[in-house]
Amino acid sequence: MNEPSSAMQRRSYVSMPTGAEASTAHSLENETTCIEVDDLSLYYGQAPALKAVSLVIPKHRVTAFIGPSGCGKSTLLRCFNRMNDLIDGVRTTGSIRLEGNDINAANLDVAQLRRRVGMVFQRPNPFPKSVYENVAYGLRLEEKLARSEMDDRVEWALRSAALWEEVKDRLRESALGLSGGQQQRLVIARAVAVKPDVLLLDEPASALDPISTLKIEELIHKLKSDYTIAIVTHNMQQAARVSDYTAFLYLGELVEFDTTETVFTNPTQKRTEDYITGRYG
Amino acid sequence: MAARKTMGWFASGEPWIWLNAAAVGISISAVIGLLLLIGIQGLSHFWPADVEEVKLQGPTDATTLLGEWVGSESIPAQQSREANPSVELPGEELTVSRRLLKTGNRREAPPDFRWINAHDIVSTHTPVDAIAIERMEWGNLYGRLISVTIDQGEPVTGDAAVAALIAGIERVGELRDSVSELEHGAIQAVNKGLERIRLERRAHALAGTTDPQDEARLQRLETELQAQYIDAESELRAAQASLRRDSAQIRLSDGRSVDLNLADAVRAWFPNQMTLFGKLGHYASSLLIFLTEAPREANTEGGIFPAIFGTVMMVLLMSVLVTPFGVVAAVYLREYARQGAFVRLIRIAVNNLAGVPSIVYGVFGLGFFVYFVGGSIDQLFFPEALPAPTFGTPGLLWASLTLALLTVPVVIVSTEEGLTRIPRAVREGSLALGATKAETLFRIVLPMASPSILTGMILAIARAAGEVAPLMLVGVVKLAPALPLDGEFPFVHLDRKFMHLGFHIYDVGFQSPNVEAARPLVYATSLLLVTIILGLNLTAIMLRGRLEARYRSLEG
Repeated sequence: MNEPSSAMQRRSYVSMPTGAEASTAHSLENETTCIEVDDLSLYYGQAPALKAVSLVIPKHRVTAFIGPSGCGKSTLLRCFNRMNDLIDGVRTTGSIRLEGNDINAANLDVAQLRRRVGMVFQRPNPFPKSVYENVAYGLRLEEKLARSEMDDRVEWALRSAALWEEVKDRLRESALGLSGGQQQRLVIARAVAVKPDVLLLDEPASALDPISTLKIEELIHKLKSDYTIAIVTHNMQQAARVSDYTAFLYLGELVEFDTTETVFTNPTQKRTEDYITGRYG
Repeated sequence: MAARKTMGWFASGEPWIWLNAAAVGISISAVIGLLLLIGIQGLSHFWPADVEEVKLQGPTDATTLLGEWVGSESIPAQQSREANPSVELPGEELTVSRRLLKTGNRREAPPDFRWINAHDIVSTHTPVDAIAIERMEWGNLYGRLISVTIDQGEPVTGDAAVAALIAGIERVGELRDSVSELEHGAIQAVNKGLERIRLERRAHALAGTTDPQDEARLQRLETELQAQYIDAESELRAAQASLRRDSAQIRLSDGRSVDLNLADAVRAWFPNQMTLFGKLGHYASSLLIFLTEAPREANTEGGIFPAIFGTVMMVLLMSVLVTPFGVVAAVYLREYARQGAFVRLIRIAVNNLAGVPSIVYGVFGLGFFVYFVGGSIDQLFFPEALPAPTFGTPGLLWASLTLALLTVPVVIVSTEEGLTRIPRAVREGSLALGATKAETLFRIVLPMASPSILTGMILAIARAAGEVAPLMLVGVVKLAPALPLDGEFPFVHLDRKFMHLGFHIYDVGFQSPNVEAARPLVYATSLLLVTIILGLNLTAIMLRGRLEARYRSLEG
C-alpha cells in the first residue's frame, strides 16, 4: 500500500478529491476554511502525541475525528482552544490558524480564544450552581447584561440546546439534579450561550444512554448551521451519522481525511479500512 | 472438638469485633462521664440547699452551727486520730465518716467551711426562720433576722422586718447600679477627657508646636472638666451615703448579733421556707447572675460574663484572622506554586508547625507581636502616651494573632485537601468558557472548596478555644477592668486585656485563697467552656452542612 508519509503529501491528497467525493453534497474544495492546521506536532515531554498533522476544518460543517484509543484525537481537539496549555510539559510545533489568525501567537488572549472556541467534555461537568447560573456563567464573565437580556440569552441558549422545555420550570434548581443527558445538553447550552464560532465536542455522548445519545446527535445536526463543529468519537456509527467530514488518526498521525462518505465507503488507506471494518482498534 | 470450636470462634473474627466495640464503649462512657461530672458538680452549686442547725458535742463543750451541707467523705480512723488526738473515736471502726458544712460568716466566725465528724453530731434540724444573705464581700451570711433599721429610725421586727429587708435590698440594688453608672459614665468621661488633654499637650511638646491659643483652649477645657468632676463627685458621694442608709441585725448561730449594712447585701432568702418553685426561681436567678455579671471577691463569687465575652470575642477575631490567611496560603501552594521538592518541603514545615507546643507560640507572640510590632506601633502612632504602652503590651489583638498563627496550619491543610478534591473537569469547564485562572478560582473553585475551608475553621476554633498557656503571655488577665467592646469610640478596643474562661478555671482553681468556695465554680466554668466550644463548633458545622448540600460533589 502506498501510504502518504509526509504532511505535504497528505495535504495534496486532501485537496485532490477523488471522483467519489465529487459526487457528494460536500466537497472540501467548495468550503470556507475555519481552522487550518499546518504541520502540527505535539509532545508530552519527549513522547510525541501528534506527528506533523495538517488538515483544514471547514466552516459550519461537522468534522469527526476517529481512531483507536490513544491515537491523539482528543489531544488534537484540545489544541484548538489551547486546553493543552494546562498540562505541564506539553510542547507544540507547527501552526493552527483560526480564520487566518495564529492561535499560538504571543499576543493572543487565551481566554478570548476559548470564548470563540467552545468545548464540551466527555463527562457532563455542570457547575454546582443553578441551571440558570450555569448557562449565564460564561456571559457574566464578559458582558454586563441587563436582567431581561440575560433571561432572554439564557432561554435562547437552552432552546438552542433543545433543553428549554425540560428545564424551564426548574431554572433556579441545582444543575446537579438533572439527568446525565440533560446535564450534557446543559453544558452544550452553556458553551453556546457565549456565541462561539467553533464547538469542540470531545466524545460528548460516550457517558450517555442511547436515547440521550440520540438527542445529542439531533442537536449536533441542528447546531451545525450556525457553528463549526469538531467532534471526537469512538463510535463509528455516530461519526457516520453526524459528520460531514471525517479524519482518521492512528498513533498520532493523520491517516486519512475526507468527506465522511468517502472515508466510510471508499477509504484510500488500508489502515482506515481495517479500523472501520473493525479489524483493530 | 471443643478446641476446634474455640479456634472457629477466634477465626470468625468475633473477638475482634468485641474488642472494637469495647474500645468505642470506653471512649463514649469516658466522654459522658466527664460531662456528667462537671455538669452535676457545676450545676448543683447554684441550688439553694436547706440551711440546717447542727448541734455538736465536742470533747469539752457543745456548739451549735448553722449552714448548708456541701459534701461528705469517709477517711481512715487513723488519719482522724493523727489530725486531732483529743477527739475520742468510739469502738474499733477503721473509717470515720465526716461531712462538710458551709457555715459562711467568714468575717464573723471563720472558717466558712468545716469538716464535722459524723459521731460528733448530736442533732440537726432545719429552722424555718434561718436566713441566708449573699454579700458583696466575705461570702454568705447565715443566721436569723432580728430587726431592720431604716435611716436610723426605730428597728422594725417580725414580718415587717422581712418585708423591709427585701425592699431595702431591692433599693440598694438600684442605687448600686446608679453609682456604678456615675463612676463609669460621668466620672470616667471626665478622666478620659483630662487624659486626652494631657496627651494633646504632650504631642504638641514632642512636635515643638506649642501654640498659646491652643494652650488657652486646653486650659478652658481643663477647668470645665474639673468643674464637671466636682459636680459628679458630690453626686456620687450623696448616692454612696444614701446607699449605706439601712442596716439589718442578724443573730448568728453562736448567739452573737451582728449588724449588716444593706449596702453590702446582694440577695437574701429563707431557704427553709422556700417551696420547690421558689427554689427553682432562686436557682434560675443564680444561674443568670453567674452568666451575666462580673466576678467579685477574687473571682470566687458573682458571675463570669467578662470571661465568656472575652473567650468568644477572641475566638471570633482569631477565626476572622486565620481563615483568609490560611486560605490564601493554601491557594498559592496548591494552585499557583510549581509542585516540586521546595513546595513539598514547605508543606512538611507547615504540617510540623501544628506540632509546636502552644506555649512556644506564646513566647513568640510576646517577643514578636507585643514587643516588636506593638512597640513599633506605639513609637509611630502613640508617641505622646509613652512610656505607657498602648499596643506594646499584651492585649486582645495580639492574643488573637498568636492563636491565629497557632491554628493556621490546620486551615492550610484542610483547605488544600478541599482544593485537591475539586474535579479537574469542573475547572476545565470554566476555563473552556473563557474564564481566566483567577476567575475560575473565585467563581468555581473556592465556593466548591468552602466546606473544607470551614472544616479547617472548625478545627482551628476547637484548638484555639481550649488554649490557655500562650494566652497568659499575650493578653489574658485575672480581672479585666473593661470589656474589649463597649460604647466608647472606637467601640472595639483591640489593645485591651481580656478575661478568658480557660484561664479563669486555672485562676479560680489554683490561685484562689478560698479553695472550698472556688471548687464548684471550677466545675461550672469548665462546663460553660465546653458548652461554648460546642456551640461555636455546632454553628460552623451547620454552616458547613448547608454549603455541602449546595456544592455537592460531582464525583460519582
